[in-house]
Amino acid sequence: MATIQLQQVEKKFGDVYAVQPMDLTIQDGEFVVLLGPSGCGKTTTLRMISGLEAVSSGQILLNGRDVTWAHPSDRDIAFVFQFFALYPHLSVWQNIAFPLQAQGESGAEVEKRVAEVAALLRIEHLLRLRPGALSGGDQQRIALARALVRRPAAFLMDEPLGALDAELRETMRAEIKRLHIDQHATTVYVTHDQIEAMAMGDRIVVMSNAVVQQVGTPADVYHKPHNLFVARFIGSPGMNLLSGGYADGIVALPGGNRYPVPEAWDRALRARLGQAGRVIVGFRPEATRIGGGGALTATVYAADMHGGYTMLHLSLNGEDGEMVHARASRQEHFKIGEVVRFDLHPDMVRFFDAETEVALEEVR
Amino acid sequence: MAAQPVPHPAVNYSTRVDEISPRARTLNGIRAVIVLLIALVMLIPVAWMTLTAFKSRPDAVAVPPKVLFEPTLEGFVSLLTSRRQLTTQQIEEYSQRTDLNWADQIALSRGQAITGPSNYPQRLANSLIIAGVSTIFSVALGLLSAYSFSRFNIPGAGDLLFFILSTRMLPPVVVTIPVFLMYRAIGIYDTHLGMIILYTVFNLSFSVWLLKGFLDEIPREYEEAAMVDGYTRLQAFVKIVLPQSLTGIAATTVFCLIFAWNEYAFALMLTADRARTAPPSIPSVLGTGGIEWAAIAAGSLGFLIPVVIVTFTLRKYLLRGVTFGAIRQ
Repeated sequence: MATIQLQQVEKKFGDVYAVQPMDLTIQDGEFVVLLGPSGCGKTTTLRMISGLEAVSSGQILLNGRDVTWAHPSDRDIAFVFQFFALYPHLSVWQNIAFPLQAQGESGAEVEKRVAEVAALLRIEHLLRLRPGALSGGDQQRIALARALVRRPAAFLMDEPLGALDAELRETMRAEIKRLHIDQHATTVYVTHDQIEAMAMGDRIVVMSNAVVQQVGTPADVYHKPHNLFVARFIGSPGMNLLSGGYADGIVALPGGNRYPVPEAWDRALRARLGQAGRVIVGFRPEATRIGGGGALTATVYAADMHGGYTMLHLSLNGEDGEMVHARASRQEHFKIGEVVRFDLHPDMVRFFDAETEVALEEVR
Repeated sequence: MAAQPVPHPAVNYSTRVDEISPRARTLNGIRAVIVLLIALVMLIPVAWMTLTAFKSRPDAVAVPPKVLFEPTLEGFVSLLTSRRQLTTQQIEEYSQRTDLNWADQIALSRGQAITGPSNYPQRLANSLIIAGVSTIFSVALGLLSAYSFSRFNIPGAGDLLFFILSTRMLPPVVVTIPVFLMYRAIGIYDTHLGMIILYTVFNLSFSVWLLKGFLDEIPREYEEAAMVDGYTRLQAFVKIVLPQSLTGIAATTVFCLIFAWNEYAFALMLTADRARTAPPSIPSVLGTGGIEWAAIAAGSLGFLIPVVIVTFTLRKYLLRGVTFGAIRQ
């Protein structure tokens, strides 16, 4: 197993950055997810780690060894492709044995290792077939088997579940996570699906426009987004973000709402803005506390029943029709047009600089 | 809410899918007959040529044409031998001899004596060597350059490809004279080497374009997977790309072979005797004293066979079509 270090790694196509210079250290046995919308540079980063894409500048270290210019075959990494890339002219057994034959393993050793990994992934009955004849989930298992059989230093996975249907994705997600835990394998996993990233990653690297926006645990990027992009991108729906004017411990929000800032944040805002200034208030739908009064008023615009909870769409009655997503328990019922009062959980509110869009820090 | 799904009642009709409705069967039958008719129409010239090859001289030119006739090897004898005309007295004399084989007998029946083999086998061998070797070269070189065009960032790739294609834009006849002069100057006029180079170069444009089309269809991910699996690019090419491009290679081989095999204008101008191929030499058996239709037909028949063999050998790959990929799209 291995640590992977990226030092000021960047990729340029002409004058355009595909990946701006980034630093990242992936610990031994860690599961790191590169998350971001399409075209953000996450796949390019993964391909640079694998050696399939040359870096424009910077260094990549694998276990401390500089592999920046090493051929992919010399890096001892396995790559799982989005569309699996199983060799169609070879049988499943031959596909799995293929990387072992590259290493010049003996016939008996190849037999043994393929049988082991086939048992692990429960695909023994498929070994004689051609991959083209198999279902998506089975193809995925074979692609994983081909990666696992080598016992590589690290696994790189490029949206490995992207080609599967929703139900299968859930199953395979659990299988991959379980495999990672059992094998204790350093894994870099690329996805655009934030739910997948939250569910699987030890750490998440959020990328956008070729820039790393935040590196942190799933809880960190969810609760303490570093900037507005992360706040919007993570969560479904994303964080509620309301622009308002701060003055004397109160933020004036749309629709005449006046939100009294919790004390710890008040110190932070005062330090940043002085007496008054523009600020963005952010809070997750579950940070709202509806009923039992509260500082904020809104009108129910729509209410979606989600089974376990109700998602309310509240209109703040402001000039621009600002909406707030609020999570209420499933027992509560709201009529459309009803006026509700709500409050925000003081520990779950975040504030962002209106200019730089970067999160402010609490001052305890 | 919707009611609980009711279990399906037992089906009381056959769900077998291997039984075809009578209507579909009739339609299939009609289709088969139509295809057969078209195939027959297409085969008539070949069939007629084959028949003519076994006809005697009067039968070959008979009006109305004879479909039923007594087969003879006269045409093949005239094709494969050179003969001289005998005088009446010599015919008399020859008829008495007992050491004549069946070919001599046939020649004698037309008042001729065989003096030696003709140069047709030699010409056919020239055709085989020149077409075969040039096809191998055009496909091999074409494959390498098509792979580069398909996979690497080549500066000005579009212009280069257009340039390669542009060598096809003027008819061969236009360049025969300059090529003839150049070949004579460097001493490869009427050599196998000269013809192989010429046909290879001429076919390359075609093979590069055709193979590039096939290689573009093979996703790069296969090679990338092979490379991270521990193989070099060349190994990945041999183990992964090559097996998957067999269809394209087979199609290109057949096309290149057919061109090199049938080529007439260059062969007529640039070869004389040593390297002369079959196409310009078949008309030269037209013969003296009347057209030897049977001999020409026999020559064409022999000329047809190698291409038929190659195409039949490769038909599995030609028909297989697009590869069954394990890449989901």
